[in-house]
Amino acid sequence: MGEKRKIALTVNGKRYEEEVEVRVTLADFIRHQLGLTGTHLGCEHGVCGACTILFDDRSARSCLMLAVQADGHDILTVEGIAPSPDKLHPLQQAFHEHHGLQCGFCTPGILTTLIEFLRDNPDPSEQEVRIAISGNLCRCTGYQNIVVATLDAAKRLQAEPTQSQTNAAQRS
Amino acid sequence: MKPPPFRYHDPKTVSEAVGLLASLENAKLLAGGQSLMPMLNMRFVLPDHIIDLNRVEGLSHIRDTQGALDIGAMTRQRDLEFSEPVRARWPIMHEALLQVGHRQTRNRGTIGGSLCHLDPAAELVSLATGYDATVTVAGPAGQREVAFAEFPVAYMTPAIEANELVVGVRFPQWTPKHGYAFIEFSRRHGDFAITSAAVLLEGDAAGKITRASVTIGGMGTVPRRAREVEQAIVGQVPAGSFFRDACESCRKLEAIDDVHAPASYRQHLAAVLSRRALEKAHARLLDAHAGRPH
Repeated sequence: MGEKRKIALTVNGKRYEEEVEVRVTLADFIRHQLGLTGTHLGCEHGVCGACTILFDDRSARSCLMLAVQADGHDILTVEGIAPSPDKLHPLQQAFHEHHGLQCGFCTPGILTTLIEFLRDNPDPSEQEVRIAISGNLCRCTGYQNIVVATLDAAKRLQAEPTQSQTNAAQRS
Repeated sequence: MKPPPFRYHDPKTVSEAVGLLASLENAKLLAGGQSLMPMLNMRFVLPDHIIDLNRVEGLSHIRDTQGALDIGAMTRQRDLEFSEPVRARWPIMHEALLQVGHRQTRNRGTIGGSLCHLDPAAELVSLATGYDATVTVAGPAGQREVAFAEFPVAYMTPAIEANELVVGVRFPQWTPKHGYAFIEFSRRHGDFAITSAAVLLEGDAAGKITRASVTIGGMGTVPRRAREVEQAIVGQVPAGSFFRDACESCRKLEAIDDVHAPASYRQHLAAVLSRRALEKAHARLLDAHAGRPH
């Protein structure tokens, strides 16, 4: 076994204190050590975007970070997006209604990417949405319904601004 | 798939980082991780030590001072993208950054990491070439400055010693009424450019060009200034096929063959993209003089 370190971090509002091997990626740590398998790993070298999480409210590819780098930081994964166990986030609801996914493998990374995007750009054009998800590979949908769902989610979030808050923001 | 075993160090100061570099064998500096982490995951690199710069203080800043933009090496690409001074006075940097990877990678990727990785197709490397930027390097003997023209010594190899690290980079400012354009060709948005053209122009209200910087990226082992084009256009008022003719010399620039494109195609792109970038930059130059927004 290699060198280990103790880290303390917040994931989806819950505080964790864990010991990690320093070479373990943040993605593997989230999946294997915390058991949060909603974050998916596709390429593991920063191309597919499936492992996107929010790191201190900014989207990042968790396969391109080490778990030790998350010490003292705040992380949001797809498991933390919904406001409660029985209610979807408006973005998730829009994906559900518009069939914005087929196999669902890329969906966690797309949702986390779009949470940040719609926060920064609440009324985007179709072209802006397409650019925003250009770092997320989806091999099922052809992206069309993802774009439709995102534009609809933007409308819903503008109609109910309180819903635009992620769990992370609601906690603070 | 995960990185090979290494010892992890997270210094808090530049001098601590320099001390670690001096005392450790086979150490790699970790900046934003958008290039090194894939190489670790794929085990293309096998360092004994990783020196993580993410907790080093004083390396993340954007300062607009004395006609130059002073950028800390660990400044994230995203922070440059959203910087008001950059947008207002170094607008080509904003335009180029929108083509650097994706939001998820720009949130982590740093300017210092990009310049040191020195990919010949990297947008920020092209800009540093086009602006004649100055890199500040820290080592055991203190700091020294390196002109960007001297920075690349070979393919993806910067002119820094094993016990040194880049702490900042300075981009001079062009006159407020300059024209600019960054255009690249890539298969998908956010990919590294197969070839790119970065153009800066100064001139008068009548359209006469008084100063020009034309940089072709993604062609050779490092981005290159198209000096022949620059010389051909300074002092001229473009009309008709002027830019098209001037850019023909780009077809003679050194170009590499790889899986993405043969050299001859890159040379063709260099001529086409530099012409388009010059036309766009010149239109913006005229707009700036006429007070028109663009």
